[in-house]
Amino acid sequence: MPEPIIRAQGVHKHFGPLHVLKGVDLEVAERELVFIIGPSGSGKSTLLRCLNRLEEPSSGSIHVDGIDMLDRRTDINKARQRIGMVFQSFNLYPHMTALGNVLLALRKVQKLPREQAERRAWAALQRVHLSDRADHYPGQLSGGQQQRVAIARAIALEPRVMLFDEPTSALDPELVGGVLAVMRELREDGMTMVVVSHEMGFAKAAADRVVFMADGMILEQGPPDAIFGNPQHERTRAFIRQIDRH
Amino acid sequence: MSNWDRFLDSFFNLKVAAEYLPKIIEGFWLTVLLALCIVVTGLVAGLLLAVLRSFGIRVLNWLIIFAVDLFRALPPLVLITLLFFGLPAAGFSLTGFASTWLALSLVLMAFAEEIFWAGITAVPKGQWEAARSTGLTFLQTLRMVVLPQALRMTIPPLTNRTIAITKGTALASVVAVQEILGAAQAGVSFSFNPTPLTLGALAYLVLFVPVVLLGRWIETRFAWKR
Repeated sequence: MPEPIIRAQGVHKHFGPLHVLKGVDLEVAERELVFIIGPSGSGKSTLLRCLNRLEEPSSGSIHVDGIDMLDRRTDINKARQRIGMVFQSFNLYPHMTALGNVLLALRKVQKLPREQAERRAWAALQRVHLSDRADHYPGQLSGGQQQRVAIARAIALEPRVMLFDEPTSALDPELVGGVLAVMRELREDGMTMVVVSHEMGFAKAAADRVVFMADGMILEQGPPDAIFGNPQHERTRAFIRQIDRH
Repeated sequence: MSNWDRFLDSFFNLKVAAEYLPKIIEGFWLTVLLALCIVVTGLVAGLLLAVLRSFGIRVLNWLIIFAVDLFRALPPLVLITLLFFGLPAAGFSLTGFASTWLALSLVLMAFAEEIFWAGITAVPKGQWEAARSTGLTFLQTLRMVVLPQALRMTIPPLTNRTIAITKGTALASVVAVQEILGAAQAGVSFSFNPTPLTLGALAYLVLFVPVVLLGRWIETRFAWKR
């Protein structure tokens, strides 16, 4: 088996007295789509945020694309460009147009000349089917469109890995489809993706592997059929029953 | 002489007005200069402190909060007189203009810091996270993502506070600065007639009504279009 592109080992995270991650090991292969599910407070978002060091793990090791993310000597801003992230609340910059949102890091982090940066930004907006909204401000876009711009902002940097933190939870039901469609296209283009989400239909259709977390630990993982069809752990069964009811 | 004539003679004496108008105009420009100096140094220093505070260095932040609370608590006149009459005892003297400039700058700095800081903390944490996740540094994020949003929110309270503090330039008359009020009071004592004060009040209106209107315009201009 080739070297995994993400390797997290023994990751612990404490928030004061709270022990949120209790020694999590996670490996993700290149081009793999891994789904992380679990009850709220189980630490799945924290784990995701540790992968690009938005959250500083208390202990453990994390390697992404061969880079030791927790090494003090690692240029974290450089490393983060290989890891795109999409948030539940989109977090677009409200004072910039869609194009401006995508351009910012291309210009200021990757220091591309304007023309080249704009080409890349347009291409990214095209991939999320929003090039006709390039000059709109976030406030003029629907939630689904905003989330697609956020995806464009991340993929424009040509990351090796994409992290999705509940990308559809804040969306009205009728807007979820467009975001999932874009995610599926990304997957078909071979992007490595780690997705924290409760979109079970999408997980069944697109995920290579589903990881179930509870109480800061990975309790069970496997192909979607196995996890949804025949969960081994009592907590997993209870969780999936609950989700299915909705 | 009727009461009405006495009133006119006291406050609208044309002869006195003509005589002291040039002094008041000089005072007017001095007030403008003093106010501009205070606005620039006060706002720049306030923004600088708010930015420093965002680094989250604990000891530094205690110092900033202490300084800010101090200058918000002290009456500006106390500060001006302390600087003007107190410093020479320490072998270090400031002119009346410099004392007022420094004192009101410190007061404006303190209030502006609090307002800028409130603006910075009002920008959602997700904005920081999104920007940092694309590889922007802390300072780039602050400058390109957070401050533009924070400044926009701070414009209305900042405008009000700036107007309130620049009106304090009248306090400079206490330390012998011939700004509008100083020039007007000097005029009153030379002419034994209060008309120069009427001119002074008019001069303040000429100066600050446009500023107030400008503030109003800025507030509507920068209101969020969501």
